[in-house]
Amino acid sequence: MTSTAVTGPNSNPHTNAKKRSARPSAFKLLARNQLALMGAVILALVVLIVIITPILPLPDPDATDPAQRLLRPLADGHFLGTDHLGRDLLSRLIWGTRVSLAVGISASLVAALFGSVIGIVSGYFGGRTDNIMMRGIDMLMAFPYILLALAIVAALGPGLMNALYAIAVVNIPFFARNIRGVTVGIAHREFVDAAKLSGKGHIRIILTEILPNVMPVIVITISTTVGWMILETAGLSFLGLGAQPPQADLGSMLGEGRKLITTAMHLSAIPGAMIFVLVMSINLLGDGIRDVLDPRLKSGALARPAPLTRIDRTDEGAGTTYPDDTVLAVDELRTEFVLGDDSYKAVGGVSFHVGKNECVGLVGESGSGKSVTALSLLGLVASPPGTIVGGRVMFDGKDVYGMSEDDVRDIRGGKAAYVFQDPLSTLHPLFSIGDQLVEAIRAHNAVSYKDAWAKAVELLGMVRIPNPQSRADNYPHQLSGGMRQRVGIAMALANEPRLIIADEPTTALDVTVQAQILKLMNNLRNDHGTSVLFITHDFGVVSEICDRVAVMYAGRIVEMGTTEQVLHHPAHPYTKRLIDCVPRLGEPDRRTSAIPGLPPAVNNLPAGCAFADRCDRVEEACRVGSIAFDDLGNGHGVRCIKPMEGADV
Amino acid sequence: MSDASHVSDVVLQTRDLVRTFGGGRTLFGGQKPTVYAVRGIDVAVRKGETLGIVGESGCGKSTLARMLVGLDRPTEGNITLTGSDMNDLIAHDRHALSRRIQYVFQDPISSLNPRKLIRETLAGPLRYLRGLSGEDLNKRLAELMDAVNLRPEFLDRYPHEFSGGQAQRVGIARALAAEPEIIVLDEPVSALDVSVQAQVLNLLADLKKKFGLTYVFISHDLSVVEAVSDRVAVMYFGRVVEQAKGRALFDKPLHPYTRLLLDSAPVPGKRGLTVEDASAELPDPLAPPPGCAFAPRCPRAQDDCVAKVPDAQYGLENHDAACFHPLNPVTSA
Ligand SMILES: Nc1ncnc2c1ncn2[C@@H]1O[C@H](COP(=O)(O)OP(=O)(O)OP(=O)(O)O)[C@@H](O)[C@H]1O
Ligand code: SF4
Ligand code: SF4
Ligand SMILES: [Mg+2]
Repeated sequence: MTSTAVTGPNSNPHTNAKKRSARPSAFKLLARNQLALMGAVILALVVLIVIITPILPLPDPDATDPAQRLLRPLADGHFLGTDHLGRDLLSRLIWGTRVSLAVGISASLVAALFGSVIGIVSGYFGGRTDNIMMRGIDMLMAFPYILLALAIVAALGPGLMNALYAIAVVNIPFFARNIRGVTVGIAHREFVDAAKLSGKGHIRIILTEILPNVMPVIVITISTTVGWMILETAGLSFLGLGAQPPQADLGSMLGEGRKLITTAMHLSAIPGAMIFVLVMSINLLGDGIRDVLDPRLKSGALARPAPLTRIDRTDEGAGTTYPDDTVLAVDELRTEFVLGDDSYKAVGGVSFHVGKNECVGLVGESGSGKSVTALSLLGLVASPPGTIVGGRVMFDGKDVYGMSEDDVRDIRGGKAAYVFQDPLSTLHPLFSIGDQLVEAIRAHNAVSYKDAWAKAVELLGMVRIPNPQSRADNYPHQLSGGMRQRVGIAMALANEPRLIIADEPTTALDVTVQAQILKLMNNLRNDHGTSVLFITHDFGVVSEICDRVAVMYAGRIVEMGTTEQVLHHPAHPYTKRLIDCVPRLGEPDRRTSAIPGLPPAVNNLPAGCAFADRCDRVEEACRVGSIAFDDLGNGHGVRCIKPMEGADV
Repeated sequence: MSDASHVSDVVLQTRDLVRTFGGGRTLFGGQKPTVYAVRGIDVAVRKGETLGIVGESGCGKSTLARMLVGLDRPTEGNITLTGSDMNDLIAHDRHALSRRIQYVFQDPISSLNPRKLIRETLAGPLRYLRGLSGEDLNKRLAELMDAVNLRPEFLDRYPHEFSGGQAQRVGIARALAAEPEIIVLDEPVSALDVSVQAQVLNLLADLKKKFGLTYVFISHDLSVVEAVSDRVAVMYFGRVVEQAKGRALFDKPLHPYTRLLLDSAPVPGKRGLTVEDASAELPDPLAPPPGCAFAPRCPRAQDDCVAKVPDAQYGLENHDAACFHPLNPVTSA
């Protein structure tokens, strides 16, 4: 939906250099996250101290001195005091941290190594290999976590190394499952097939195609689990199964301190605080790393968009007046996206109107702003990053952008309804289609469930779903693509809308099904007097269903007229060339000439005509100042200073 | 079956090709459902021609294409590449197979590894299939980029920095890198914008001429297939239901399904599609019907249609359809 606007800029090679520098580096992103930065700084400090421990002027951590036992912190010569055997607590803490950190990190790396190998092999080869390996992992996971660790240590005997093995083994399933899931997704991507056809063997494919794509997930998993592993090692040591006396690690210090918790609280409080600081800083950093490496989080996709697009208008349109029976009037609508330091003018001043019972087509290539225009009409563009920065939309004579949120919501799905390209995006997978229709009806009308159900069945019949009574109980996945789209249309019709906004409703469908849907929409228009705004890139579909058509290019309408005018006498060079470059059934020998180049990126539009770089009629004047939309009479208009007069196609 | 085997210029041929998915037994001995994706296909491709294959989604086009390049193996039947059996080729020397037949994917972006430079992607086939390295490899990379009209500096970019059309050119360059005789193109322009579609179609035509390539061109778009193909096969539900040379299929379709496809395609400047009854049910790939798969939707269906599967004789020169009651009387070419 909004991606049309966002992918637009990618299509222009000239802006790529700019784009690259505009995208913040991973380090910058990490630094921007203050909590993660704090975690990183603390952790770096701890690691630094731990690395230089051997050369620090610390007393021997294991040297006992009964005379000095249980000194309080800040005592002479013992900054953090001493324990029950008179050993220096600061020294033990630092040496202990060193041990705990080393064990925790080693355990993570071992678990990551084995877990990733199992996960990748299992996910890549699939089938029997996958089955056997995953059943093994399931068996490991069936045991309670700590019990398994205890069992392993019990079998191997207590000791730090054995604790390390136990923690690593216990964590292997977690890694294996995570990595397998990701690998399965990647192994079925087409580039893996392409690599096979490039002559690469399995090992090479795993190492050079799969691993680079799985690596971020491995790093994320390590960075988010290392903290827990340190805790677990501490746990085993606390139980006396890890570090053996006199060696110190944070867990064993805690365990020893526990016995004296009432008399010398600092003995357990100090290692406890250290564990807290360590695990906290690692987890904060881990979350930061995850945010940087996971593009979904980076793009803010998880942030909840506002219910209504942000409106921050500098103008309210040119105040053009439209005929009386106008259902929808759009006046100089402008919608922008702000991403980083760039602003993308996805819709750069669009004006058109849809009359009663009229079908208006909006045609253009991907990225031309069709979908953003449609979504802007009722404030459905996600904010952030979208903002409506200018213009006006009148629906049924009322200014949509002047309405309250509730009023707009009432229009959506009520008097104006959307039909999208992918019906699955509007249908909930877990409810029957009948129930979903009922909900749509009852959201706008106070009717009983039974009446609404009857209406739902009637609607399904209206969109010609065979056997609507029983089909109403079906779930979306039980229907074919064509049927789902019909249900999508039935949803749109639920409240007898005055306007249907259909965004490429047939693009994903087969031609035979497309023909049925187009006929259905035509019938609905005749029977109910509904108006339709039909978005498509296919001139064949336009001919079939539209009365008038607007051609969009780089966020603006470049030509508008009746279907007859635009298709048979295009005035804009772009329209003409767009029509010419599609092969036409029944005319295989007609010359199809490609349009050279690509549309301009909407974050970097030229001053003059946006089509100038691709136009064969371009002249000096085309590149200075914006081009006005000229009226050619009879409702035909064009945004070109040298329109083609009466060009025949 | 066909007379193709007697003609020496046939480079690729399939016989009774079948591919099913699933099946087998469950843990408790129950029968797992079997999906019939391809249900007996005979096609032959001549050197230097473009064989167009057209059909709607789910009819088995991609499954067929993947078997043709050795990415998937048929459940039954066989494929021969200038006389040698595909299974033997895969078993003995996969690389030799990939040097002769290559594939262009439908989704240009997802067929490129997002974490690799275009240079690395294109170097794969050059290095492993053609044994190039060092200066030779770099020279060839530059030639390939030139062949698909991309600037050489694009070699050092990542896939997400490309538009769909540019990415598809890279996909074509990767196929060309192996210097194959045959390229199987699975919906090569479906994911592209119309203005870019024409650029890629023109490029494919130029390359074919320049390198003497043979194409198997798969698409759901009748007008594209009509424009590029020397021969056309129409697929329905895992079978070829009609095949003809040149434009005969579009001028005088024999099979009712071909007629329906032609009537359903909207044409710019024309209005009034004929639309079939919406209640017509599509066949279930889990339980293929016994007779003609099109019978439930067919306006000409009679009793014999559901009793037996209609057969056809597909040759290199003739026009035939798998239908008991074809639309126009069959005239042998
Ligand atoms: N790996 C698989 N497992 C199970 N079923 C499959 C598998 N691959 C394909 N199929 C099924 O085989 C049939 C043919 O699929 P195929 O992908 O060849 O169709 P297609 O004609 O290429 O469709 P489209 O135009 O949508 O790509 C479909 O019913 C599909 O669901
Ligand atoms: S204004 Fe100039 S460059 Fe733009 S379409 Fe018209 S002739 Fe071409
Ligand atoms: S065989 Fe019968 S059902 Fe099948 S297409 Fe021909 S007439 Fe129709
Ligand atoms: Mg396919």
